[in-house]
Amino acid sequence: MATVSMTVNGKSVSGEVEPRTLLVQFIREQLHLTGTHVGCDTSQCGACVVHVNGDSVKSCTMLAVQADGSDVTTIEGLANGDTLHPMQEAFRDNHGLQCGFCTPGMVMSAVDLLKKNPKPSEGEIREWLEGNICRCTGYHNIVKAVQQAAQA
Amino acid sequence: MDGGRKDAGTRVRGGVHSAERHDSAHKHVTGAADYIDDMVEPVGTLHAYLGLSEAAHAEIVSIDLTAVRSAPGVVDVLTAADIPAVNDVSPVHAHDDPVFAEDKVMFWGQPVFAVIAESRLQARHAATLARIDYRPLDAAIDIDAAMAAGGDLVTKPLKLERGSVDKALAEAPNRIIGNMEIGGQDHFYLEGHIAFAIPGEDETVTIHSSTQHPSEAQTLVAQVLGVAANAISVQVRRMGGGFGGKESQPALFAAVAALAAKRLNRPVKIRPDRDDDMIATGKRHDFKVAYDVGFDDEGRILGVEGTYAARCGFSADLSGPVTDRALFHADNAYYFPHVRLKSLPLKTNTVSNTAFRGFGGPQGVVGAERIVEEIAYALGKDPLEIRKANFYGPPGRDVTPYHQTVTDSILDRLVSELEISSDYQARREAILDFNRQGGVIRKGIALTPVKFGISFTATWFNQAGALLHVYKDGSIHLNHGGTEMGQGLFTKVAQIVADCFQVDLDRIRVSATSTEKVPNTSATAASSGSDLNGMAAQNAAEQIKQRLVAFASEKWSVSAEEVTFGPGGVCVGSKTVPFDVLVAEAYMARVHLSAAGFYKTPDIHWDREAGKGRPFYYFAYGAAVSEVSIDTLTGEYRVERTDILHDVGKSLNPAIDKGQVEGGFVQGVGWLTTEELWWDDKGRLRTHAPSTYKIPLASDRPRIFNVALAEWSENKERTIRRSKAVGEPPLMLGISVLEAISMAVASVADYRECPRLDTPATPERVLMAVERLRAHGGAEA
Ligand code: FES
Ligand code: FES
Repeated sequence: MATVSMTVNGKSVSGEVEPRTLLVQFIREQLHLTGTHVGCDTSQCGACVVHVNGDSVKSCTMLAVQADGSDVTTIEGLANGDTLHPMQEAFRDNHGLQCGFCTPGMVMSAVDLLKKNPKPSEGEIREWLEGNICRCTGYHNIVKAVQQAAQA
Repeated sequence: MDGGRKDAGTRVRGGVHSAERHDSAHKHVTGAADYIDDMVEPVGTLHAYLGLSEAAHAEIVSIDLTAVRSAPGVVDVLTAADIPAVNDVSPVHAHDDPVFAEDKVMFWGQPVFAVIAESRLQARHAATLARIDYRPLDAAIDIDAAMAAGGDLVTKPLKLERGSVDKALAEAPNRIIGNMEIGGQDHFYLEGHIAFAIPGEDETVTIHSSTQHPSEAQTLVAQVLGVAANAISVQVRRMGGGFGGKESQPALFAAVAALAAKRLNRPVKIRPDRDDDMIATGKRHDFKVAYDVGFDDEGRILGVEGTYAARCGFSADLSGPVTDRALFHADNAYYFPHVRLKSLPLKTNTVSNTAFRGFGGPQGVVGAERIVEEIAYALGKDPLEIRKANFYGPPGRDVTPYHQTVTDSILDRLVSELEISSDYQARREAILDFNRQGGVIRKGIALTPVKFGISFTATWFNQAGALLHVYKDGSIHLNHGGTEMGQGLFTKVAQIVADCFQVDLDRIRVSATSTEKVPNTSATAASSGSDLNGMAAQNAAEQIKQRLVAFASEKWSVSAEEVTFGPGGVCVGSKTVPFDVLVAEAYMARVHLSAAGFYKTPDIHWDREAGKGRPFYYFAYGAAVSEVSIDTLTGEYRVERTDILHDVGKSLNPAIDKGQVEGGFVQGVGWLTTEELWWDDKGRLRTHAPSTYKIPLASDRPRIFNVALAEWSENKERTIRRSKAVGEPPLMLGISVLEAISMAVASVADYRECPRLDTPATPERVLMAVERLRAHGGAEA
């Protein structure tokens, strides 16, 4: 067992983990932040995307011990109190979700895109989101949502 | 009206025909929507994991689970011997779907045992430690092998026949005989299977199951445990996608969790990882269609004979109704004057295939569109011309192969509107010009229609219930038998109730589907969710409304006609009483403010033996035009543009309906192009993760994507607010992409040969088709 400490959604947290514990397990099972989902277990679907030190990361691909000392943001930490992040608002208002299982990871990825490329073209949005699978929406409204957020 | 939120004074917020957001949208974007794996686990929760077989067909010689039992954290191990009552979860009670394999395994990946441990990781590790000896038996993995081995069937086949097909074919001026392979599809719901059982007192157990069919899970768990259905409560608030994959398949997981929970008297959760989910649960059936079509020189179909062979897997599951539905849609939108269609639900040593959006119908439709292509290429015409020449029409050309008369076809109008709005003719000309230049990149364009029959073909499933409470503070609690899997059913049904009472949508809370609240429900499937549950909820609301009207008319001495529900409150004669005031008064006067609603679809009947009846209440229609480019050196392609015009009758919620159309289309394109399931010769599924099984990504979406609803359409039948079902039909709009690719391929042989592109039309298959057509002497134009 190892002790890890990190800042998650602005709060400092620490916990005992096995060396092989994944960041997503730490977040979901020890911190009980269940908005981050597990869709594929194998770093392909993007349902588990969080931000680590400002960059989007598939949290099933990272060990909890690798995130030791980092600043982590999950979907639960994105809104400012009751005020949604513009990306959350855009997904909600543009029907960029159906079952919603992919949504937290999608939103976290898209937020990172706009940080790195504030005015992406439609093609750039589609390419960036290649690491996030959505089985329901056909991506149409998701791309629309990201475009709207980019204008916000 | 597609207006979204309207002025609260003139219209309630969130009534029918408005573009309300999904009721959980806010929770989804904030991560607050709970799926089963997100629920707080009670202290003492255990985790189960399945041990899967490693042989496609074999006798089990011995099972040694010693190492499993002694692995760290393991609490219990379950095998067939531990099942208290019946080792079967067949949804059709065929007794061929064991929870755990007994003496024989029937496919590679079949559950043989389950291990229960303190943590999921421990259970997962322990499950790998079993030593099972098998004596291999002959295995039939695919359709050809099953036929070669004698063609065992998992269920009784269906035959549909009308007219004198042999004579029609023999006398037809033109005749083509061909074959088509149509691939299967994995559901890849983003949330995999999961069940979480919490033991209760006596024989009771509550199971949170990611299921489209709580009542069936309840029935089958009761059967496995040997208890009455009233001991089993199945609940589901939402699924992370279902697509048919969670119709019959969840029962096994629910049964394992419930069995372990009762044995150990502790909560038990089971969630396979994605790879095991893909290996151990059923998929869309792949088909081989053999067709024989006779037609005249104008391209009018004179007769069709077809055999629809399906890989069903080792058990019946839902293969009977799935293969039936393939036949029901083998005509798609076309009149076959003489016809004979047969299904062959073949038994194979693979996972038992199951429901998937369209339920066999899409495979039938793809076959029909292949027939159209054959005729078009044989006559050197635009396939669209052949389609129009064969659409169901006036009396004399309006009877289906199952003897139902098509009375509501709107395809003539819908297709011509789309043809114009998409500029089909000019673009086709431009593409023909482009291809004439003979470059490496070739283009194709196709307009394909869909007509889809709405109703469960098992007539008794076409019933639904709802439970509605109005509390004395005027808030409303809604529950119904339908399940929410992202399709927006909860939103739509709540809109209907809001409209009945003329109250704002946020006054209504929809609660998790529960077998305790509404019993004996049907699966949320066959696109019927809002048709059935919407009507049941409306029925419940009307009952309460009538009681309120009677109360108000008596109390304020006005006639019942003078009591009307409006957005500003309830008008009673000349005065307006706010809804919650009326409710509070009614409570004090001891008016019953709760109702159970019920609905059954009228006018449908089906005689399977005779192959005759009216299995469908109505048809939903749609059409799509897609344009693609292919690279003739690599077989790669991309969708340049898609235009869709789809019929949902008078839409209950245009935003949600459009979302279904877009998502269904993309899922259909994935099925027909990139999603390839591949079993090796040992019967192992080798495509069991998105790394090897290619699901459409954001970058695969058409470059230009125009989606419209046929706003003028209104259901001719008295469905809920004249709307139409929307879940399944749009999947088949994806066929436009397949046919556009086919046209691009055909260009290398100057459109003289039908490319006979099987599906999925992967780049490899497209490249091989290009090479084949070139080898056949396709002199470049
Ligand atoms: S669960 Fe992490 S990428 Fe799918
Ligand atoms: S909304 Fe269901 S997977 Fe994206």
